[in-house]
Amino acid sequence: MNQRIEHLREESFAAEPSISIERALLETAFYRENFGKHSLPVLRALVFKDQCEKKAIYLGDGELIVGERGPAPKCVPTFPELTCHSASDLRVLATRPMTRYHVSEDDIATYEREVIPYWTGRSMRDRVFSHIPDEWRAAYEAGLFTEFMEQRAPGHTALDGTIYEMGMLDFKNRIAERLSRLDYLNDPLASDRAEQLRAMDIACDAAVIFAERHANLAWEKAKAEPDQTRKSELMRIVEVCRRVPAEAPRDFWEALQMYWFVHLGTITELNGWDAMTPGHLDQHLAPFYEKGLADGTLTREAAKELLCCLWIKVNNHPAPPKVGVTAKESGTYNDFTNINLGGLRRDGSDGVSELSYLILEVVDELKLLQPQTSVHISQKTPDRFLKAAARVIRQGYGYPSIFNTDAVVMEQMRVGKTVEDAREGGCSGCIETGAFGKEAYILTGYLNVPKVLELALNDGHDQLTGQQIGPRTGDASAFSSFEDLYNAFTLQLDWVVDLKVRVNNYIERMYATHSPAPFLSTVIHDCIEKGRDYYDGGPRYNTNYIQCCGIGTVTDSLSAIKTHVFDAGTVSMHKLTQALQSNFEGSEALRLKLWNKTPFFGNDDDRADDIMRRVYDSLFTAIDGRPNTKGTGYHLNMLSTTCHVYFGKMLGASANGRLAHLPESDGTSPSHGADKNGPTAVVKSLSKMDQIKSGGTLLNQRFLPDVLKTDQDLDKLTQLVRTYFRLGGHHIQFNVVDTATLRQAQTSPDEHRNLLVRVAGYSDYFVDLDLDHQEEIIRRTEQETA
Amino acid sequence: MPINNSPSGTIFAIKRYALHDGPDLRVTVFLQGCPLSCRWCHNPESLHSSPLMLTVPGKCVGCGECVPACPQGALFPGSGGMVRDQEACIACGLCAEVCPALAHECVGMKRSVEDVMVEIKKEIPFFAEGSGGVTFSGGEPLAQPDYLEALLRACGDLDLHRAVDTSGFATPGTITRIARHTDLFLYDIKHMDPAAHRRATGVDNALILSNLRLLANSGARIGLRLPLIPGINDDQENIRATGLFAASLPDTQTIDVLPYHASARGKYAKLGLTYPGDDIPPSETGDVEKAVNILQDCGLTVRIGG
Repeated sequence: MNQRIEHLREESFAAEPSISIERALLETAFYRENFGKHSLPVLRALVFKDQCEKKAIYLGDGELIVGERGPAPKCVPTFPELTCHSASDLRVLATRPMTRYHVSEDDIATYEREVIPYWTGRSMRDRVFSHIPDEWRAAYEAGLFTEFMEQRAPGHTALDGTIYEMGMLDFKNRIAERLSRLDYLNDPLASDRAEQLRAMDIACDAAVIFAERHANLAWEKAKAEPDQTRKSELMRIVEVCRRVPAEAPRDFWEALQMYWFVHLGTITELNGWDAMTPGHLDQHLAPFYEKGLADGTLTREAAKELLCCLWIKVNNHPAPPKVGVTAKESGTYNDFTNINLGGLRRDGSDGVSELSYLILEVVDELKLLQPQTSVHISQKTPDRFLKAAARVIRQGYGYPSIFNTDAVVMEQMRVGKTVEDAREGGCSGCIETGAFGKEAYILTGYLNVPKVLELALNDGHDQLTGQQIGPRTGDASAFSSFEDLYNAFTLQLDWVVDLKVRVNNYIERMYATHSPAPFLSTVIHDCIEKGRDYYDGGPRYNTNYIQCCGIGTVTDSLSAIKTHVFDAGTVSMHKLTQALQSNFEGSEALRLKLWNKTPFFGNDDDRADDIMRRVYDSLFTAIDGRPNTKGTGYHLNMLSTTCHVYFGKMLGASANGRLAHLPESDGTSPSHGADKNGPTAVVKSLSKMDQIKSGGTLLNQRFLPDVLKTDQDLDKLTQLVRTYFRLGGHHIQFNVVDTATLRQAQTSPDEHRNLLVRVAGYSDYFVDLDLDHQEEIIRRTEQETA
Repeated sequence: MPINNSPSGTIFAIKRYALHDGPDLRVTVFLQGCPLSCRWCHNPESLHSSPLMLTVPGKCVGCGECVPACPQGALFPGSGGMVRDQEACIACGLCAEVCPALAHECVGMKRSVEDVMVEIKKEIPFFAEGSGGVTFSGGEPLAQPDYLEALLRACGDLDLHRAVDTSGFATPGTITRIARHTDLFLYDIKHMDPAAHRRATGVDNALILSNLRLLANSGARIGLRLPLIPGINDDQENIRATGLFAASLPDTQTIDVLPYHASARGKYAKLGLTYPGDDIPPSETGDVEKAVNILQDCGLTVRIGG
């Protein structure tokens, strides 16, 4: 790491996240003046252009890649058109113990005067909640599911290689050509398409204006710069920003800046989930890297420095502040930009290049919170690459995570994507599968599957709120067989999925109508060709995911009931439900029996794993193929992010012996401490899930540092990963840290500021997690070996 | 109880994802019983040659379910949990089966070859990525030669890589018979001096060293291991003697130095035994390095751990 990078890194690390109200003020003024004068797509494009023309821009000392969403690093705008924070929300954000954002009292007063009055009742969140049926609200408040679109826009998207071949001027030409082909005589939607295309055209101009302003600022700074080296760097920045994004990049530097401007554009236009990601960055940049080395205009060191600059830029952008349930399901500054390395190229050849290794070096040296890096391993991937990734994993930052390209390709082909598009796809956010640059694959919310079982055990009556929220599926004490119980479970499941889909489809149309994203639509195929917005079915592929949480907890609970109530008959259903209702008060022997004497998921034991498969099949049947509003459908996803902690809080004691309000199992991992036969048994259990039918699964494993000491240990880790992938696993990630270190970090957080751990599909600073999440990570089974 | 000509034997654990019992990913089957009594033994469970029931202090929740479950009437409530009449106990394991709190534990269990193979087979997918396989350890696996041979044959039928982790203390006939079904021996050299060997392990080393030479001469693949026990076998003289002996064997180029750690102490406490290695200090990095240097000077390839 050279001095420049050290300085920029330190600056990024030290900056406290804060809120900038500039965007909200500009937007509110623009809406007041212009709402009603234009179609909504054009209005949204003009709002974006207004931001690009007026927002404060930033060019820091020593920077090579330029541009910030806010006025300075880690300074985050708000998006009142989606969620308008109240004055008290802002105060909570400024003072809450975790994921805090600084905001001044003056700014709060201004916000209260200028922003809040306009957006109250007009923000997407207010509009959505004003139309939600009571049945949905009761289930939502009971913690049965969450709703992703209630305060951030749908997103989770990634780019393909198009922006390295086409600049905004090329996009404008494509838009003009499409406009010229509109058939107003026969296509009833021709006018709508025209508005959308005009909006995209304006958005392209906006992005160019934004870059030009940076060129001008760099020019001003260059004129005043006494240092000749820095002066020439600034002049180079002028040249780069005049070239991109207007035209396609010609070299490595321009390619990185091109991506960064597009990234900034999409996260300025709207607050989409998971920011933006470049997708297969090593594949996109490899031609520029190789050309630069060949013609002598680039060195390995210079490329590395530029990559570091991009990495630091991503780190400068914490997620916009979340509130309420959304803060609980995703309580982190991390905005989930997930850069994919390796994988396969479009033509099926191996995607690993020397640049992939160089990026791993960058990741290893910078040790940043963001971006996340993942390695994508196909049968063609050389072991050397997987081992290089394992060397970084051994450091214990929780990244890179590891994905199975062959499975990711199959998952996509199952739902009808072409093999080329599937290979160009990958995983963004945490573990979500999508066709990069061609798909809107929208997470719609988490589903609390153990809570569905709780409803089945209580005739649809919620133990937490005391309300009848689900259908009446019978008194559990009267069930005469496990099949009776399972039948009640699937009835509750079908009911909740119906409810979730019904409301999601409504929200989806709200976004399509009121909140188009013309800039994002420009860079995603085939929005231009279809003349439709990203939120309105414009992309080539359109997928909705429902993320199912707690497969470990629900499997183990069902297994416990089957084993003790129905098979052995040693515990009556009545006694069990009473014990659950009283949180095992006075029934410790029963709780221990359930916990210690039940076959649990994660031990390669078919008695439990068969139940897991059955639950998974039920989830698949309930969700897969349900129509969304874009002519395509819903699919299953098996992610929990941090929602298993929130869902656990909303869940009473469970039949696997888990006490009330403790976390559920995370992702597709076994329940904490339930897996007793080591990681190979975990992997075997997981491989019994037909993961190809999902849009992603997540397996956390925690290893003690001792297990990964030597080179041979790394070989063994790669063998474990390769085997899991051969058996059909989608993803695996490792925390390499011992409990003692985590306990020390709890008692002396200041000395452990830099301790990164894997939380869900991302890493976070351990000391930035709240106590519940810290404890949850400590409870993850330590895979050690004597 | 000797187990001869029987498809069943006594084991005390099957460990999956075993990382230190041979090359690559392995599943290790620990056979119970050992003729040696090394002061640093890491698997004191193996010291009994037949199954034994234990009651773990502090775990009992007083539910009393084990009392009627015991066919021998060997359990009765005491002040700190259940008390076991070891004389009456026949180690049938029924108490452990019903105990919700895991307060009763079986040390050792009779398992047929078939039962063990069911567990081994679960791990087969992991062997394809390297040269992983099955390791038989203990205890001393050669102490149940018929059972071991049957297990090795069953693994051979599945083309699995088979390692035997042994002290080498067995009759030459036994070791030759086992060698026919073994792909790799993990073979300890604990001390070169007969008297010191007796003091540390309770047996003489002559048979062990002659068996090692016998195996090496017959072309068996051998991974030598030197458990480096401070104050017992880590003096320069012994290490040099070990190195020279190893170097004198045909085709043996590698030796793993296994630094001592006292991690087994907890197991002794659970078994109600006193840890006989309490006076042994942990290995110092410098001492391990010295040992490595001496062995390398003898012309061996040396690894730490293994």
